[in-house]
Amino acid sequence: MIWDWAFAFEILPVLASAAIVSIEATLIGFALAASLGLVLAVVRIAVPWTGWTISVLVELIRSTPLLIQIFFLYFVFPKFGVVLDAFTAGVLAIGIHYAAYCSEVYRAGFDNIHRGQWEASVALNLSAWTTFRDIIIPQAIPPIVPALGNYLVALFKETPLLSAIAVLELMQTAKIIGSETFRYTEPMTLVGLFFLAMSLVSAALIRSLEGLLNRRTMR
Amino acid sequence: MGIRTLVAMLVTALVVIGALATQESYKVFMPGLLQGAVLTIEIAILGSLLAIVMGVLAALARMYGPAPLRWLATVYVEIFRGTSALVQLFWLFFVLPQFGVTLNAFLVAVLALGLNVGAYGSEVVRGAIQSVARGQWEASTALNMSRPQMLRRIILPQAFVAMIPPWGNLFIELLKSTALVSLITLSDLAFKAQQMNQNTFKTIPIFTLVLLMYLAMSLVVTIGMRLLERRASLGLARGKAA
Repeated sequence: MIWDWAFAFEILPVLASAAIVSIEATLIGFALAASLGLVLAVVRIAVPWTGWTISVLVELIRSTPLLIQIFFLYFVFPKFGVVLDAFTAGVLAIGIHYAAYCSEVYRAGFDNIHRGQWEASVALNLSAWTTFRDIIIPQAIPPIVPALGNYLVALFKETPLLSAIAVLELMQTAKIIGSETFRYTEPMTLVGLFFLAMSLVSAALIRSLEGLLNRRTMR
Repeated sequence: MGIRTLVAMLVTALVVIGALATQESYKVFMPGLLQGAVLTIEIAILGSLLAIVMGVLAALARMYGPAPLRWLATVYVEIFRGTSALVQLFWLFFVLPQFGVTLNAFLVAVLALGLNVGAYGSEVVRGAIQSVARGQWEASTALNMSRPQMLRRIILPQAFVAMIPPWGNLFIELLKSTALVSLITLSDLAFKAQQMNQNTFKTIPIFTLVLLMYLAMSLVVTIGMRLLERRASLGLARGKAA
């Protein structure tokens, strides 16, 4: 028999608890990516001489595979005496990788702010910090929320990579079930369906959010 | 980033790889890593070709196909965009044999990556075709062209230019995704790195070389696509001026 419903229902609770680890990794990773990305984008504008260094750094991170970066962080940190558990190392790697992408999104957001806004802030003698916090960021962030949302979904779909360093997330759990029972069909298919469902739901959410933001910013 | 900066980065990466390769502690890893890199390049090229074919077919099917074909293409795109590339790879590798279809790992790798990127590519193709000005369609209709004629002679040559930059990004994504095939036993660059790391624990030299190699490969793709874009839009600008 190719598909066994009884077996599928039996493994469902195990997979569900592993899905929580995947979602945790997604949320922590994205929080890291979104904040680090913002820092990179702001530093690039606030401290002009870092511009070149940051763009090379971003290019380096974006041009190399996430899997290799995960291995790198997981194996290299212990050499410097910092032992990270697999989950921390993996989430850190994912966060840094997506921070590079997010920083470009923020940059696009900042570039869209009218020059006059910067000039007016200078004219009003606002500090760089106040300018960013009260003038630029509130205007720059809403239009780029959908783009950030897309990266959240992309990041979520990368979490199975954590199975390569044996984090017990969804994929790793499915692999373990598969190797213990020699039945890969049900666990792998369920994992696929789970990702499909989550992606479709989040795509719909992003679309409605986009509509909401468009309505709010149209004056 | 400008094309000069990219070329400078590529040259720097290659020089650093070359300089490291002369050192004793790095030299031992070079033959194995280069062997892995060849497999990585093979998978990336074949996967990209499949992705282009699938992307164009799925886009055309979704836009102009009869209902069943349109439906099929939509399901394909949603499934491959909605699930993770690693899940697709594992599914084809572990589950497909249970249905009596056993493919070798290399074929699975090319199929999974090509189908995955092709699904994203179909949206690129669709967007590019839709970005061609309406007047072009209307003029083609006025000239009594058939739909295939219109597409081939008028629309696709213009849409092609708009497609180049997003396809460039997709090729880089595909190149990076080839690292996943190390998890289905193929001995590509990532696999060799892992294997040597486990045998020797020389993490820093191995992974530094591997990261630089991937960087160099990505930069070659980026630079190539930039040159292609420049060439393709040169023709378009000339056409406009005439």
